[in-house]
Amino acid sequence: MSKPLKQIHLAAHFPGVNNTTVWSDPAAGSHIEFESFAHFARTAERAKFDFLFLAEGLRLREQGGKIYDLDVVGRPDTFTVLTALAAVTDRIGLTGTINSTFNEPYEVARQFASLDHLSAGRAAWNVVTSWDAFTGENFRRGGFLAQEDRYTRAKQFLTAAHTLFDSWRGDEIVADKETGRFLRDADAGSFHHRDEHFDIAGQFNVPRSPQGRPVIFQAGDSEEGREFAAATADAIFSRHSTLDAGKTFYTDVKGRLGRYGRTADELLILPSATFVLGDTDAEAHERAREVRRSQVSGQTAIKFLEQVWNRDLSAYDPDGPLPDIDPDTGEHTVARGRASVRMFRDPTATAREWRERAEAEGLSIRDLVIEAGNRQTFVGTAATVAETINSFVQADASDGFILVPHVTPGGLDEFADTVVPLLQERGVFRSEYEGTTLRDHLKIAVPEPGADRETAARTAS
Amino acid sequence: MPSSPPADPSSSSAAPPSSQPLHLAVALDGTGWHPASWREPGARPDDLLTAGFWTDAVLEAERGLLDFVTFEDSLSPQSSDRERLDGRTDQVRGRLDAVLVATRVAPVTRNIGLVPTVVATHTEPFHLSKAIATLDYVSGGRAGLRVKVSAAPHEAAHFGRREFPALRADELTAPRGQALVEELFDEAADYVEVVRRLWDSWEDDAEIRDAATGRFIDREKLHYIDFEGRHFSVKGPSITPRPPQGQPVVSALAHAPVPYRLVARSTDIGYVTPHDATEAAAIVLEVTAERERAGLGTEPLHIFGDLVVFLDPEPGSARARKERLDALDGSALTSDALVFTGTPSELADLLIEWQRAGLSGFRLRPGTVDHDLPAITRELVPELQERGAFRRSYEASTLRGLLGLSRPANRYASAQA
Repeated sequence: MSKPLKQIHLAAHFPGVNNTTVWSDPAAGSHIEFESFAHFARTAERAKFDFLFLAEGLRLREQGGKIYDLDVVGRPDTFTVLTALAAVTDRIGLTGTINSTFNEPYEVARQFASLDHLSAGRAAWNVVTSWDAFTGENFRRGGFLAQEDRYTRAKQFLTAAHTLFDSWRGDEIVADKETGRFLRDADAGSFHHRDEHFDIAGQFNVPRSPQGRPVIFQAGDSEEGREFAAATADAIFSRHSTLDAGKTFYTDVKGRLGRYGRTADELLILPSATFVLGDTDAEAHERAREVRRSQVSGQTAIKFLEQVWNRDLSAYDPDGPLPDIDPDTGEHTVARGRASVRMFRDPTATAREWRERAEAEGLSIRDLVIEAGNRQTFVGTAATVAETINSFVQADASDGFILVPHVTPGGLDEFADTVVPLLQERGVFRSEYEGTTLRDHLKIAVPEPGADRETAARTAS
Repeated sequence: MPSSPPADPSSSSAAPPSSQPLHLAVALDGTGWHPASWREPGARPDDLLTAGFWTDAVLEAERGLLDFVTFEDSLSPQSSDRERLDGRTDQVRGRLDAVLVATRVAPVTRNIGLVPTVVATHTEPFHLSKAIATLDYVSGGRAGLRVKVSAAPHEAAHFGRREFPALRADELTAPRGQALVEELFDEAADYVEVVRRLWDSWEDDAEIRDAATGRFIDREKLHYIDFEGRHFSVKGPSITPRPPQGQPVVSALAHAPVPYRLVARSTDIGYVTPHDATEAAAIVLEVTAERERAGLGTEPLHIFGDLVVFLDPEPGSARARKERLDALDGSALTSDALVFTGTPSELADLLIEWQRAGLSGFRLRPGTVDHDLPAITRELVPELQERGAFRRSYEASTLRGLLGLSRPANRYASAQA
């Protein structure tokens, strides 16, 4: 007997600061004006997506001691733009990346609980960590955290936030005009949380929100990151969008849930994915090549190599061969505020591999960067892309995808109009929202207040 | 007019009517400023945590052509005791983040200014600067903020990073209390300075999308703010481009010389709480003098009078209503601001008299939202319009525009020019 068809989860990422948006495209609009966000959110909601997603970065990136100027730069505040989107949409989930390092639990819990109330149950929090002093220069605490402490603080931050969310059970407000009783319980919202990073106590002032607490998302691929997600998250974002890497990651992370008393359907795995559509598969591949060339100018290619080489390579010709010198393996000083740098854990080996490949295939610097940095996921006709997405999900390479268009705000429209109906025809994607909250869309239960304190405490220890 | 010398209050009755229309705001706080307001038949205490409640209230204020609404907030539950939680269960407790409430309302309103309260003492100016900038984008240039401080030990315990002594109101005026008050207000001034510098940290035309060079921004038009202060330092620039108004409107409530200094040096609007026209004139003189001492004498500053209002067309009925609410609450309403009960016409008289004393506008705190807010928009406003003292339509699309404030030049751009 064959397995029943899995239902696909789809979300959309409005890219903020990034190097993949093709801003020179005539169709590209503002990434700051609210109308862009509203258009994007309405498209995602029209397509019955689970949620839309915003990333965060709290300091402008620098390279060679100067603000990096080749990428899309500048973004609005996450909480604020999501709350405004709640006014122009009805169902779509609103997921914000909020850093646990340069915030305090009382304030963040308040903002998420407020967003959940103001959106009638659509808030989600992608919990991320930071440690670098570079970003810390914008905040009261400064760069106070050792890198190895960042997950400790994140776990304790999340535990503290859960304590605050759970400090109201949901039945305290009586508001009986006749008797004059507003609160059932004068202690509503009382909390106390103490650990290495936080010693806080008092009364939380936002009553329990429609979802109890926001849906919790995690990104992070390290051993610690996977374990953190397995213990605490409702969904995990991954980078593994190829079939084999996806299956390996999926098996690994779902296999960790048992030790936290959780089942495989309690954590969704949602890789981020790009797409390029065309009338024929060949046309889509041609468009995809154009997109890549638009994303990687000659200057962008040189700057990208500098991030790996950790050296000034401005004298090199992007249309010429790769540098024959090795990367500077000392402290990374060229690029700051850029997570991608950490992906190349052995720059010398990466450089050698790229040089060999460029020589063998006759690639220039720019060609190599286009090829090496290519993370295009789904390329083809709508039918091809729908079939590929479905086959990945049915093969347990993921539970769905977070789609990142290369043009905003209209880059999702074509997908919504052509791919989504095909997934609906196959019976693997909803045609209407069944519920109103993000938990409804993700099929995640509203937690009982305090139900997971034990788990949270175990995680924090 | 902002910063204009106040008229002599002793001759106010003889003074000609001000040629300047007055400005009008309402302060929204739950079901109203009377602690028993939630028990009124028309009150909606069950809806306080919904978007609909706030949308309805702000749309009502916009119907009355008001300049802006403020949203109260604090980092702990409401309390009838300023220094500690009171443990009461017969008043509204619990509320939503004011910045987010203002933002939720922004896309469904068109003209009215949106001014949430922000506690400078425990929050990050970097986060707040981008949040208000975003509110300004979302609202098309209608954002402001009201900055306040918190000396409450129980609020500090919510953050676990600072400790404040428990001081009664009378101890706040003693030397130990004054030192704390000065510290908190100096910190708030630094906070506003950081927020303002961050708004200017991108020049208006920093985003260039220059396909020829591949540059998305001109980094020469982005600026480090390099702020160093006693309580925090902030490098900058902001991650959010300069907001539509350039500088959203900054405001603060002030009752004494130290907060008057914050108003004079750091804000565009100060809310003050005189109890008569003479006191209003004296406060205006004091704040204006402080502004001049700070070298900002030529910069416009609005000084708004705050009033708690109960309005009914029939003489005596507003007072009776307030007394009925007092009885429900178990004590007579007291406030830092004058508690006005009377007819819309009587309130119009008072506002015009106080305007002659030098105030440029008023922030009215409705005793009950369900009754007194529509009384302001549907009875007081027409009364003022008939006297030529209030606008008949919105004449600007931004909050600065409504307040007669021009869009400021960018401090960093002008420094280079």
